Amino acid sequence: MSAVSIRDVWVEYGDQIVLERINLEIASGSFISLVGPSGAGKSTFLRLILGQEQPTRGVILLDGTPLPPDPGPDRGVVFQRYSVFPHLTVLRNVLIAYEFEASKVLGRLTGTARREAIAKSERLLEGVGLASNRDKYPSALSGGMQQRLAIAQALARRPRLLLLDEPFGALDPGTRAQMHALIVPLWRELDMTVIMVTHDLKEAFALGTRLIVLDRPRLDPQAPGRYGAVVTYDLDLQRAGRGPTLKFSTPLDPSREH
Amino acid sequence: MNIVPKHRSGLVLGFLPFALIVAIYLFASAERRAVNPEDKLLPPASEMAETIRRLAAEPDRRTEEIVLWSDTAASLRRLAIGLGFSAFTGLAFGLALGILPVANAALGPLVAVISMVPPMAVLPILFIVFGLGELSKVVLIVFGVTPFLIRDMTLAVANLPREQLIKAQSLGASTWQVALRVVLPQVMPRLIEAVRLSLGPAFLFLISAEAIAADVGLGYRIFLMRRYLAMDVILPYVAWITLLSYVMDYALAQLARRGFPWAYVAEPR
Repeated sequence: MSAVSIRDVWVEYGDQIVLERINLEIASGSFISLVGPSGAGKSTFLRLILGQEQPTRGVILLDGTPLPPDPGPDRGVVFQRYSVFPHLTVLRNVLIAYEFEASKVLGRLTGTARREAIAKSERLLEGVGLASNRDKYPSALSGGMQQRLAIAQALARRPRLLLLDEPFGALDPGTRAQMHALIVPLWRELDMTVIMVTHDLKEAFALGTRLIVLDRPRLDPQAPGRYGAVVTYDLDLQRAGRGPTLKFSTPLDPSREH
Repeated sequence: MNIVPKHRSGLVLGFLPFALIVAIYLFASAERRAVNPEDKLLPPASEMAETIRRLAAEPDRRTEEIVLWSDTAASLRRLAIGLGFSAFTGLAFGLALGILPVANAALGPLVAVISMVPPMAVLPILFIVFGLGELSKVVLIVFGVTPFLIRDMTLAVANLPREQLIKAQSLGASTWQVALRVVLPQVMPRLIEAVRLSLGPAFLFLISAEAIAADVGLGYRIFLMRRYLAMDVILPYVAWITLLSYVMDYALAQLARRGFPWAYVAEPR
């Protein structure tokens, strides 16, 4: 469980402004769906929270303390691809998380500690339905199984915050539906805050408790990098009633000063 | 382009050019002998076989050593030390340069420049500095091969998906743990491939160094025998060196496939 506060965050690459005036309070335990057109800075936003990039201006607080500047075990991540280690079997892909934790020099466990870590890893694999594939290499798994493995791996260190970067984007619709049925109970059970970037609006509405849309409302044709993306819609999907529709929501005034 | 040879006919096809070369040689050798019984340029197979037997089975009258084996042992030892040291250095520096942007900024240009120095041009310097003994020959191999290995390893590390390194960090890995558990095992197959590609240059440097200053070694023997036009020694030695490097290449390829099976799953069987 953890709350994220994003206070007046700007990201600029040289002259180009990618994100501007981002102000968000993300409640603990929420499931945020983050959508927006390509190039609107969704992945940049996720990298900020991951610690892979630093904001040019502004601060990000995790439970009230500034975010550490490097990726760490308190923030798990699942990418669209390349999330698992191809040189390790399914079991070892999860086990390595415990080995990183307990063995600082060799990165390997032996004896009782190893057996305990294996037991924990196997429970996680069971949770995502991969227990019978524990000795296979990821290359022998389907795309959906690889993503399930990536999720099990990301959960191993019990992150307070789980970041998903288009995790189901490369999967076929059937597999995607299975993954949705998997991720929601995991999120409830483990009390995590989830931030998911997606291109699929249906997915965004189906899974999220809150929908955030990033877009560039202003464009200067003479200087395309002059204006960055802002939060253009911020919808609470838990509201009672028929559920919100984009058409009837009021867009935030992009020129409003925060 | 759609005619694909079956396994056996493929083997036969591959064997044909070898048979052709041997046949042409035997024919030319017999022709020259018919004209001049003293011809030394293309000795017949029987003469070469006798020379091989003498070199491989009888001790030399002066040194009491069996020439072929002492030459082979000396050369392989130099090659193994040189290549082994190069592989280790290439791996260590490649990892450092590939993982640590600071190390790359500090050492990358130096490695790039050193790799452009022609190793044969510094051979005299090596002889002056390290003497004419074993060390200068090993250092020549190291000098010739290591920069390539460092650059290749750096590229291999850089080609790993960034997501994997981030993922490892998000599982709590330190830089050292990422290097040891994520990067090192994944670049090992590439290291073996790079060493395979370095076998040719390594032999080139070894034989050059032996040709100039040595008292034992495969390259030394070839260049010694050149003075006597002893083609019956030189030709089998060339074939022997070729066989040795072919076997080493094959052994390394097998080592990579056996040791790192996950790296070769995409290849059709």
